Amino acid sequence: MAEQIRLEVVTPGGSVVDEDVNIVNAPGYGGDFGVLAHHAPMLSTIKIGTLTYEKEKSREALMVSGGFCEVSNNKITFLVESAEFGRNIDVERAMRAKERAEKRLAQGKSHDEQLNIARAEAALQRALARLKVAKL
Amino acid sequence: MPSLKEVKTKISGVKKTSQITKAMNMVAAAKLRGAQEKMEAFRPYTSKFNEAMSNLSAGANPDQFPLMETREVKNVELVVVTSDRGLCGSFNANIIKQALRMMEAYEKEGKTVNFVCVGKKAHQALRKTGKVRKSYTAIMAHFQMFNAREIASDVADQFLKGACDKVEVLYSEFKSVASQRPVAKQMLPVQPIETEGETANKQSGDYIYEPSEEEIMDVLQPLYLNVVVYAAMLEVGAGEHAARMTAMDNATNACKDIVSNLTVVYNKARQAAVTNELMDIVGGAEALK
Repeated sequence: MAEQIRLEVVTPGGSVVDEDVNIVNAPGYGGDFGVLAHHAPMLSTIKIGTLTYEKEKSREALMVSGGFCEVSNNKITFLVESAEFGRNIDVERAMRAKERAEKRLAQGKSHDEQLNIARAEAALQRALARLKVAKL
Repeated sequence: MPSLKEVKTKISGVKKTSQITKAMNMVAAAKLRGAQEKMEAFRPYTSKFNEAMSNLSAGANPDQFPLMETREVKNVELVVVTSDRGLCGSFNANIIKQALRMMEAYEKEGKTVNFVCVGKKAHQALRKTGKVRKSYTAIMAHFQMFNAREIASDVADQFLKGACDKVEVLYSEFKSVASQRPVAKQMLPVQPIETEGETANKQSGDYIYEPSEEEIMDVLQPLYLNVVVYAAMLEVGAGEHAARMTAMDNATNACKDIVSNLTVVYNKARQAAVTNELMDIVGGAEALK
């Protein structure tokens, strides 16, 4: 059996994952990274994307939105605003969100322009990440 | 002495009121459970978050980060968090009283104060002062992290623009079901979090930072503000229901007292009426002799 690392995913709504895993792949700010057992202490920001982890026999994928993660004492903790398993994602809703965000981006011009664009972009990213995870 | 009918109507009216207050008490109890669960669920997040923040800010230089910048305080912004609905005893009144007291204290020192109201009750009460910069109403029933983010980022913008030099959030701390107490907490400038144990501090030097320590701080600090606002909203959410539960329980008890007093009055009045009638009959019988 491969050596394992403890994975915890915590959101404001509660803890989502808390188990021992073989490897964690996470969307870091500067690109995706993988963490194995006994990783050196690390602190990294997390962007919207896909978090995957593998156990002995299974592989799971989660959609995570912005936050950060901390590795210390053979434990990796993700603090993210939201985290959803692929199987729990409502694909239709994500599709609608994607279309809505795209429409808003296409229109663009409103008085609160910058704010709205930033928001729509974030919404679009979230929707795309959800769709991607749902297909895994 | 009031007439029989009057008393009877009054009794049934009070009884109906007590039915309502009892129902409200039970609804509040159910909602309180939900709000408390939401608060419990958020705890691991905050404790982990504070741990990481304290690790980071132990070595941070306050001048480097615009959100930590300490300026001479001229303009203060108070984020006042109350509930949207009333009928919960002195819960909101206490928060608002505290807000007004703080406003007076700051103004005595020659500082200007602006309010940001979260919750309808704060907006209604503080509107009269004419110092409300922004209000968020009708969000307390179903709020999520992104509501808190909206508020936090708006306040942070004001701070960065220089429109205010200090931001405090004023809410009611949920100590227990029976006790809530208004408290003020400084949001901006962000203060380094005190480390509770030495263990957290020891490790901070060995961390790999990805991308860099400064950039992580730039991400974490706005998040920290979200956490502060969200936590305040959660506490007020739970406190509101707890306060309503107590208030409605008191109201129900008061109704019971009134009903029992009125019943005594009713019985006396009825007795008096019966006695009167008897005296009439006896009087009539006597006259016939």
